[in-house]
Amino acid sequence: MIPESYYLALSAMLFVIGVVGVVVRRNPLVIFMSIELALNAANLALVAFGHRHGTADGQALVFFVMAVAAAEVAVGLAIIVVIFRARHRLSVDDLNLMRW
Amino acid sequence: MAMVAFLFIAVVVLGSALGLVLKRNAIHGALFLVVNLGGIAALYLTLGAEFLAAAQVIVYAGAIMVLFVFAIMVLIPGKEETGPDPRQRYRMLALPIGAVLLAELVMIVARRGTPSTGPGGPGGVEVIGRLLFTDYLFPFELTSVLLLAAMVGVMLLARRTSRGPVEPMEAPPAAEAEHDGAASHRDGLEASRSGT
Repeated sequence: MIPESYYLALSAMLFVIGVVGVVVRRNPLVIFMSIELALNAANLALVAFGHRHGTADGQALVFFVMAVAAAEVAVGLAIIVVIFRARHRLSVDDLNLMRW
Repeated sequence: MAMVAFLFIAVVVLGSALGLVLKRNAIHGALFLVVNLGGIAALYLTLGAEFLAAAQVIVYAGAIMVLFVFAIMVLIPGKEETGPDPRQRYRMLALPIGAVLLAELVMIVARRGTPSTGPGGPGGVEVIGRLLFTDYLFPFELTSVLLLAAMVGVMLLARRTSRGPVEPMEAPPAAEAEHDGAASHRDGLEASRSGT
């Protein structure tokens, strides 16, 4: 049997990679995919916790996270498409309209 | 044995995550992410969460990644599939690989008497379904409202009216805005690039 701490360590590494991707990359699509990576890391941690406690509550929570992620991706990609239509470029460095 | 499997999957998952962040090409990143999500589904299986593993493959690796790949294809026009194919020999590999896959499937289907797993531990559909419709009924119903709101919002955002929901900021040519479809959009983009 694999101890849950292994899963948590893996989840932490995945989350860090996702956050680094969000910070480092400039393509908003890749940033979005990195966010998905971080979400999945959190999901893995939730399932590991549920496994440790022997309940399925963690898995129910992951189910909701999946639904929210699906909605988030749909809306986010639509926003990116609209931005691309307006500016014909795809780089978050250009998107400084709302910067103070 | 389980530890070996876990370590192997962990290496695959971490490597594909790094590939997503480090690769410059967005399409490569998307394919790495598919591998990553599949690996996480396998990890769910090792944790006894069969339902989540299936949902992960269907929702994430299926629906969400299709959306991503679609967006990447539309927004970042790559090389078109025209002219002679330089990798035709590699593509021919699909035939033997497909034959092997078919043989495997036939073997699996032909082998009868596979034991049914039945209602297992706290990871099966029954347990999750019971939980979702009792303790988590209200969030479950809220999810439907959320998805509906997202759907309506996406349709509103993606609508292409005569004026357009977003005014052009850097004065791109607005003539192509009337056309629909990725191809004409791409053509208009190329024209605007060569024009400036």
